[in-house]
Amino acid sequence: MQVLEAICFFIAAIFAVGGAIGVVAIRNPFFSVLSLVMHLLALAALFLLLHAQFLAASQIIVYAGAVMVLYVFVAAYVGGVDEPMRPSGPLLTLAPFFAGALFIELVIAALGTGLSQINTEGAEVSPGFGGPEQFGELLLKRFLIPFETASYLLLIAAVGAVVLARRRRGLEHLDEGEDAMQPAPEAAPSSAAESGEPVVAPGAAV
Amino acid sequence: MDVSWYIVLSALIFCIGLIGVLTRRNPLVVLLSLELLLNAGNLSLIAFSRMWGNADGQIFALIVMVVAACEVVIGLGLIVAMYRNSLPIDVDEMSELRG
Repeated sequence: MQVLEAICFFIAAIFAVGGAIGVVAIRNPFFSVLSLVMHLLALAALFLLLHAQFLAASQIIVYAGAVMVLYVFVAAYVGGVDEPMRPSGPLLTLAPFFAGALFIELVIAALGTGLSQINTEGAEVSPGFGGPEQFGELLLKRFLIPFETASYLLLIAAVGAVVLARRRRGLEHLDEGEDAMQPAPEAAPSSAAESGEPVVAPGAAV
Repeated sequence: MDVSWYIVLSALIFCIGLIGVLTRRNPLVVLLSLELLLNAGNLSLIAFSRMWGNADGQIFALIVMVVAACEVVIGLGLIVAMYRNSLPIDVDEMSELRG
């Protein structure tokens, strides 16, 4: 039983880390999304190993199902353009070192902690641990206010997304007015630059 | 499996996501990397919840999933709005608000 659990853990961990690396390393955003789906499914397996059955189910339904469909739609809508990495820059070279240092620090902090149970399998749990029954009881009794706040947050996010993504029909005439006004100030510097170029060129030739 | 294995795995996933947030330029991939960060946090929350035999951490993880869903909705709405206004889909180009 112990061995089986370890095998399951390592397979799921390999898929989770591989999916995470795929998200970061693959150039095409569409395949990054698919890689994240693999990562989320592996994480759901890890949740199951940790006796969080309800969370594993909601991870698959909410994340790997609904959220990823949204991502795939937007990736297809915007177009899966292959983007180049930053050609060179301090951030691109420094970021892996920074992340590696953070990883070492986190591992030292986690393994060197004084938590007495971190090197055990965890406390004994009842069979219903992490099931929907326990979730419902906790959400509606002890965590009622966070639960309601989360529902308001979802409502606000839905309204915000509609406002962000709709076509602004009511403001179209305003946008057209701005568009009509914008070329005039932009035209002036460009014409100045054009008129400035012939002046510079003879100077450079001399 | 010891709980510490899960914590180390969560730290590893967090760091990979951090590299993605820092180095990628496509806002869609930045959002995906943010998902990695949030999921790493979720994994450690659930591992600690298992360690104490207390389901409060799982409620936290559920709330984090709700927040992540909201973040995705708003972020993808912003990307669609950027695309509609034919702005470049590149976080480096979106620097109008930089001080």
